[in-house]
Amino acid sequence: VIDVLVVTIVRAMAVATPLLWASIGETYAERSGVVNLGVEGMMVIGAFVAFVVAHATGQPYLGLAAAGIGGGVAAWVHGFVSVTLRANQYVAGLALAMVGLGVTGVLGRGWEGIPLDATLPEISLITYLGVAVAVASWFVLHHTGPGIVIRSVGESPAAAAALGINVTRVRYLCVVVGGVLAGVGGGFLSVAYRPSWTEGMSGGLGWIALAITIFAAWDPVRVVGGAVFFGALFHLSFRLQGAVAPELLRMMPFASTIVVLALTARQRRGQGGPEALGMPYTPGER
Amino acid sequence: VGPVQFEAAPTAPWTRVLGVSALAFATALAVAGALLLLLGVNPLRAYAVMFGGVLGDARASAEILRQAIPLLLVGVGLVVAFRAQFWNIGAEGQLLAGAVGATAVALFLAVPDRAIIPAMFAAGAVCGAAWGFVPAVLRFTLDVNEVITTLMLNYVAIFGVEWLVHGPWKGQTAFGFAYTDTFRDAAILAVIPGTRIHWVTLLLGVACALGLGWGLARTRLGFEVRVLGQSPTAARYAGMQPFRTTVLVMLASGALAGLAGVGEVAGIHRKLLAPEQVSLGYGYAAIIVAWLARGNPVAAIGTALLLGFIYTAGDAMKVALQVPARVTDVFNGLILLFLIGTERLLAYRVRWAPKPNAARVANRPEAGP
Repeated sequence: VIDVLVVTIVRAMAVATPLLWASIGETYAERSGVVNLGVEGMMVIGAFVAFVVAHATGQPYLGLAAAGIGGGVAAWVHGFVSVTLRANQYVAGLALAMVGLGVTGVLGRGWEGIPLDATLPEISLITYLGVAVAVASWFVLHHTGPGIVIRSVGESPAAAAALGINVTRVRYLCVVVGGVLAGVGGGFLSVAYRPSWTEGMSGGLGWIALAITIFAAWDPVRVVGGAVFFGALFHLSFRLQGAVAPELLRMMPFASTIVVLALTARQRRGQGGPEALGMPYTPGER
Repeated sequence: VGPVQFEAAPTAPWTRVLGVSALAFATALAVAGALLLLLGVNPLRAYAVMFGGVLGDARASAEILRQAIPLLLVGVGLVVAFRAQFWNIGAEGQLLAGAVGATAVALFLAVPDRAIIPAMFAAGAVCGAAWGFVPAVLRFTLDVNEVITTLMLNYVAIFGVEWLVHGPWKGQTAFGFAYTDTFRDAAILAVIPGTRIHWVTLLLGVACALGLGWGLARTRLGFEVRVLGQSPTAARYAGMQPFRTTVLVMLASGALAGLAGVGEVAGIHRKLLAPEQVSLGYGYAAIIVAWLARGNPVAAIGTALLLGFIYTAGDAMKVALQVPARVTDVFNGLILLFLIGTERLLAYRVRWAPKPNAARVANRPEAGP
């Protein structure tokens, strides 16, 4: 029984790791008032970059670092379009998701089916580091000066600007940090979870990461819980194979997301998202 | 800035909208060309295939129209949803739901031949509307973000269709393949000979675009949708019911996507098959159709044709240059990105003002606090 439990926890944590990294990243972006729906795109870019670099250098950690850079660059594009150009954040993020999936699909065709020697175990430093980053992020956001700056920019950018805070810079920083974390999460998929590259291998995890961010009420520590919960769901759908049609099992985590968000909606009341979430800020506007 | 002055322009003339959109489109093509260069494909050859090979070829031109059919139906629905500020990202799932509804009627209901096509369209519209209804209700009763729910419902629909074609609905004649039996002849839409244009669906799309264009501009409900989109608070103060309006909008948006799904299974495939074959990402591409149309359902006719062109060009490039099919996604994503990136250009106008004056300083849009 204990063996089963250990296996379950290990497998659940393996799926939870990329979700965890990506959701913490999104928490930073959203706390600063920027929705980035491009998580799926940033993750798949991370997965591709990590695979290519790990394959070329034989260093999985180098691959993950490169994945972080790849995700950060993609997020910077989102920052430029949605913060500097003040475009609609939802549409900008969707465009980023399309571009990420498209570009990696086009460039990655030659890399499909190549085995990777330089891999990480499913539970590695990255998983523990993810939990540590979550706790650290909670501390930063809730108990430090920079955290208050980030949250105030997300709640009321005009008031923050009146206090001399550079709203644009804070938002860029949070969006890019979010992209770096999502990139590492995606990289984990291709060097540890399934050491290989397949087109679109993020497989919807990016969208679930977005849901976890909301589900966790923008709190990094609760994100850990959300990621483990969804990791367990994915594992459960794996364990039930044979009993239920595989297509229905693959549907389950996505359907559960809706159910979970609906069931927890009432508890979340009163601790809704950052006040200025999704709203572009025009300097000088009140 | 020198002798010119920037000032806020509340509405841009349509020539500028067209010009800026064309600029965004051209930039997206240029960036996509750079990517093709990375792949070792000469971008000039790609453009030649794209424009010469597609626009200069009658069969390829007809294919543009056939790709535009689902894009138009879905796009018109999304225009209305976006006007009401409801972020329906779930058209892909709503389209698949419509395809499932039509298939159920075609395969399992004893409907007389004469009534079967209308019955399939009706079933598709109802299923699509149901798929759009859930997020609208969840948003208003429980305040659940519709972006997430509509997206998740896409996956539910995708795996649902996969389950149907692998499992309970798998055809007697399909052997190893994952699709249903072929529809009987009466349940198949007529096409213009020599093409794949199922004209009934096309007419339906054009009629919906015109009808909703009129409805949005001229009816009470259309007015409520527009007010709701611009200011939900104002809508409430004016005694309108945001919940009722949003539900109606989402029923319409979902139903239109459902109709597109009916057209695909009844006009093109003649059976239900794998979800990625039923919809080539039309539900996502239609977001671009709607965004390009800038809130005008009638304009979606033109923008659907443009996206139909991108799809056809992607196919042509896949065949002629052996580039991966994902190249269509690259084009789509980049067009959307540049489209919203250049939107800021519409908000200001440049005026020739050689003499500096006080108004110039006051009107400077980027002036800090």
